[in-house]
Amino acid sequence: MSEYIPLLIKVAYFVAAVLFIVGLRRMSAPGTAKGGIIWAGFGMVLATLITFLTPHMGNYVLILAALVSATAIAWISGKKVAMTDMPQMVALYNGMGGGSAAFIGAMELYKVSNGHELSAIPMSLALIGVFIGAISLTGSLIAFGKLQGLIDKRYTFPGQNIFNGIFALAVIGFGIYTFGHMEAMNLWIFFGGALILGFLMTLPIGGADMPVVISLYNAFTGLAVSFEGYVLGNWAMIVAGMLVGAAGTLLTQLMAKAMNRSIANVLFGSMGGDDSGGAGGDQGEMKEIEGADAAIMMAFAERVVIVPGYGLAVAQAQHKLWEMTQLLTENGVDVKFAIHPVAGRMPGHMNVLLAEAGVPYDMIEDMEDINPQFKQTDVALVIGANDVVNPAARDDPNSSIYGMPILETDLAKNVIVIKRGRGTGFAGIQNGLFFKDNTKMLFGDAQDAIGELITGLKEL
Amino acid sequence: MIDGFVAVYVFMLAAFVGNEIISKVPVVLHTPLMSGSNFIHGIVLVGAMVALGHATTDLGKIFGFIAVFLGAGNAAGGYVVTERMLEMFKTKKKKDVKKDEGDKK
Repeated sequence: MSEYIPLLIKVAYFVAAVLFIVGLRRMSAPGTAKGGIIWAGFGMVLATLITFLTPHMGNYVLILAALVSATAIAWISGKKVAMTDMPQMVALYNGMGGGSAAFIGAMELYKVSNGHELSAIPMSLALIGVFIGAISLTGSLIAFGKLQGLIDKRYTFPGQNIFNGIFALAVIGFGIYTFGHMEAMNLWIFFGGALILGFLMTLPIGGADMPVVISLYNAFTGLAVSFEGYVLGNWAMIVAGMLVGAAGTLLTQLMAKAMNRSIANVLFGSMGGDDSGGAGGDQGEMKEIEGADAAIMMAFAERVVIVPGYGLAVAQAQHKLWEMTQLLTENGVDVKFAIHPVAGRMPGHMNVLLAEAGVPYDMIEDMEDINPQFKQTDVALVIGANDVVNPAARDDPNSSIYGMPILETDLAKNVIVIKRGRGTGFAGIQNGLFFKDNTKMLFGDAQDAIGELITGLKEL
Repeated sequence: MIDGFVAVYVFMLAAFVGNEIISKVPVVLHTPLMSGSNFIHGIVLVGAMVALGHATTDLGKIFGFIAVFLGAGNAAGGYVVTERMLEMFKTKKKKDVKKDEGDKK
């Protein structure tokens, strides 16, 4: 019987790989998406269980302890986290995967340093896997910290790109040296260097670019998993890792394209923070409006377009927003939601939040469809969005976000902006929209401000 | 050990499949899909288990433990988060039906 076990394992890995591909395929269409993750989940459970049968294994207690504790922690934290915090959780779990691949590579190479034989191709792939896995680990941790608000500013210094570039080349060069001199100490220095590189690369990247960065590290982890799969001779890892590596790379490009930025630009062109980002205080005064007045304005409008942004998500105000929308609809107002491709912190994030609140699909419009309609819009209600409605991206070639597609709310007849304070947005750039004559500011937390609007609408 | 060139073909084919799948995805699904692909590379757990299972040195065991721990976190966390996101796409329709009925009354 036991001679069939290696074959059984191979078959199970093959089935798992097929399930992953089918699952990913289903996840890419709205109708079948829910089932897709379940297919992939079956593949994962099958592969994990069958691995316990691998011949000549030991340390079962350690394996079970790590497996059970991590599963429990991740499962509970994943269940408890608010929908708004999903992006950073994806970053965190992704970093863990990258770290796992890097540690596997380090283990295999450590064996080589103790006299174990490994031929040139797997050894080089193991080194590359350690390198990108380590970058993915620390880089994702920084991304998590930034989105979670643990790291609230960008760390930049003059010549940073050059410094990072030299550091990266040094680590890569040392990796090549380690390839020829596989000793434990060299390996640790290389591993540590790659970990530090992940920190250095991610620290200067500003908030608006964070989705692209997370997606990039997701692709990195996929590649690292695939390469370490090759070293271990594990086909499930090779196929699944490369699948994610390719899908993640394309997804990263789609996101970067949505923001009109290249991946190189995201990684090396620090964004915002400096005063070159368009004119500052000389744009006039912001005009405040009371909740009740704003409610009247909207109630008597024919057409209202709501532009939700991250501020809405932070305040968890999507349910109240839907309540307000229903009140407006009852008053005969034509209400639409306009979603910027990168609204929230990730593409599609805002769609998920609105879906959670019960907003039907047909009220939600993509940027390309809604932009020509703003001229016929009576009120554009901007909630906690900033950079994605900044006209400087269209008009000011000197602005650091110039060229990024925006929702052209400034063309609407009236604009109401719900905003927590007078500060600049995530990209740190002043927004001319807030100073326009037809723009009124409703200052406050999105939850409270929408509450005021609802009260105002009910009193009509 | 795997024949090097067979692996190159598999790398290539898997890359095309991954590319092909994503190319037609609507923006609505970008975040869930990133999360879903994040879950799929949680398969690294399997490799970590094998690596720890074969570890003999203390250092190997420590590294292996970390690798299994991180890999399992990736897989379990990735699944829960993706499932929760996609759950919303499913329950949405039911809610609408109920609301429509409520409106009629």
